[in-house]
Amino acid sequence: MSDTITADGKSAVAEKPRARKSGSGTLWRYLLIRFLLIFPTVFILVTMVFLLMRVIGDPITASQGGRLSPDQLQVLIHEAGYDRPILVQYFEYLGQIFTGNFGTTISDNQPVIQVLLTYGGATLELAFYALIVAFIIGIPLGMLAAYLRDRWGDAVLRVFAILAYATPVFFAGLLFKLIFSVWLGALPVSGRASPRIATQLSRIDGGTGIYLIDALRTGDWAIISDVLMHAVLPGLTLGLLTAGVFLRLVRTNTIQTFSMDYVDAARSRGVGEYRLMRKHAYKPALIPIITVIGLQIALLLGGAVLTETTFEWKGLGFQLAQYLAARDFIAVQGIVALLAVIVAVTNFIVDVIAALIDPRVRY
Amino acid sequence: MSKNQWIGRLPIVHQLRQSVGMQRGMLIAGLVITGVFVLTAILAPWIAPYGFAQLRDENGNFGSQQPPSAEHLLGTTVGGYDVLSRVIWGAQTALLVIIVAVALSIVLGVLLGLISGYLGGWLDRVLVVIADAIYAFPSLLLAIVAAIIISGGQSSLWGGIFAAAISITVVFVPQYFRVIRAEAVRIKAEPYVEAAKVIGSSSWRIMIKHVLRNSTRTLPLIFTLNASEAILTLAGLGFLGFGIEPTSAAEWGYDLNKALSDVTSGIWWTSVFPGLGIVLSVLGVTLIGESLNDLADPRLRARKRASTVTSQAAAAPVVQPGGPASGIEAITEVGR
Repeated sequence: MSDTITADGKSAVAEKPRARKSGSGTLWRYLLIRFLLIFPTVFILVTMVFLLMRVIGDPITASQGGRLSPDQLQVLIHEAGYDRPILVQYFEYLGQIFTGNFGTTISDNQPVIQVLLTYGGATLELAFYALIVAFIIGIPLGMLAAYLRDRWGDAVLRVFAILAYATPVFFAGLLFKLIFSVWLGALPVSGRASPRIATQLSRIDGGTGIYLIDALRTGDWAIISDVLMHAVLPGLTLGLLTAGVFLRLVRTNTIQTFSMDYVDAARSRGVGEYRLMRKHAYKPALIPIITVIGLQIALLLGGAVLTETTFEWKGLGFQLAQYLAARDFIAVQGIVALLAVIVAVTNFIVDVIAALIDPRVRY
Repeated sequence: MSKNQWIGRLPIVHQLRQSVGMQRGMLIAGLVITGVFVLTAILAPWIAPYGFAQLRDENGNFGSQQPPSAEHLLGTTVGGYDVLSRVIWGAQTALLVIIVAVALSIVLGVLLGLISGYLGGWLDRVLVVIADAIYAFPSLLLAIVAAIIISGGQSSLWGGIFAAAISITVVFVPQYFRVIRAEAVRIKAEPYVEAAKVIGSSSWRIMIKHVLRNSTRTLPLIFTLNASEAILTLAGLGFLGFGIEPTSAAEWGYDLNKALSDVTSGIWWTSVFPGLGIVLSVLGVTLIGESLNDLADPRLRARKRASTVTSQAAAAPVVQPGGPASGIEAITEVGR
């Protein structure tokens, strides 16, 4: 694609195609701009969450209303400062977030940061399993579908991809549970490890909270296999959702790469179809995967809330569902704000990786 | 323009004529499943054997967790409701939520997208940053926050439907916004817009007459994508306990939440059927969306063999410049 200078300079700034200069200067400029973009993103989300949550009134009434008398409520509200002007509260909240203080939960009186440290590892572990499942299933099947384009195999694979998307993660989880745990009795029903092993793991000094790592460190095969057995169904459930997305993406991109001139050129030189796939179409078709992984993180986090609830996988999502049920909206607000930061930062990292790999991204 | 031609240019009809082979099969399958879903939703009062909140009939209570039988073809739930009836009524709830959610998000998203894309300036930049911020965030979490505010968690039929629909709207507006904005930015550089400016048309007139009418070609595609996401978000909210109360309406996600503990004791009918309701309705709508997406992109369209492709009217979808990404993925890609 040639460089195009739009007649309307203003729209060119807002739009993607900009004059593409070569050299590393553009890369650094891109990275800097992309880094600075984290701040407005986080700021907007945090502000939105704060304003939206305050529309319903103060969090004390939401969680304790009905249980305490109006006078007692009033005292609590005053102590927590929820009777001050909303702007004052807002700036205080922003200041707290800036210093890494995301509030304290009402129901069990824990700093939100502590909730993250305690349960974040479990969610990270689940997301890791899910991504592995997604890569193993999604990418090869996507290439196969592209290779079998418009034939029966392609149709079957595409319906599989659509089904993976159409099935809510909690329903997929329930079905897996029913088949593999209840009917076949092959895998555990829920949890991250058997109760005995879970206590054993929690006693380890300097435990990471990521069971797989802790289990590997014990070197005890019984513990490792127990942890892995518990991970199969949740990992598969959450992974299938992303696998469907990957499959569709890889299929589309491989088909489009196959219609590129350089692939035609290679084919006319007598390069075989398999080699075309391995050597020519493979890499360009994978680049978009990297760019969408950023979005998959958002999808994974949303899916993790549902998967963790289905399998009682005690991670951040499970905890969020618990706080929701307890109407502890300070905890919800804190966790959501924290996730906003995590999403913004991971998106930045993914974009940096994409920019380093694919020069077309740096504009 | 003759009448026949006009019909041929209607969204679905046009693509149906254009499609061949497997793609036609997928499109037709999607249309059939969606048709059944819509009919079930509309005819629920007549098809469902019992009411969605009915616990007893002249023979006494239904009983809890009864296996499928002649009286209750799909058994009863832990709360003592008839599963079949709740699955059928659930279609109605889902359809209502889709209609309200998509209507709201189209109106808001298109309006903001037009203004932002056509007028540009600082408003445009601010809206783009906001839309991107919302877009990059897990939609379910956003919907939860919205649901808390709107209903505080529990509600009547219409209260619940609007709460779910508005929660979903918050998530969808940025998508419509981005697509329409991109189109508006492209169209405003077209000569006919220049011409309209020269003859002194007002900005509003140009936006409505020229930009809007020419930027709607991708809407059917996003519409189908969003309809399926609306069903999933509604079910997700219901599953987390932000659904509609069982006495106000039947909702699949809520029923699945209640069935969570049944599964462990091997009771399968309370979860499998509401789940299938979700899967089939999303599957139908998604099949249509996928087919429309393929047909809109000449590179993905299956080629007609002997006969020539008659019409190229459907232009390429929202392919991002510079990167090979299909329409669907372009929509799900963070704009920079």
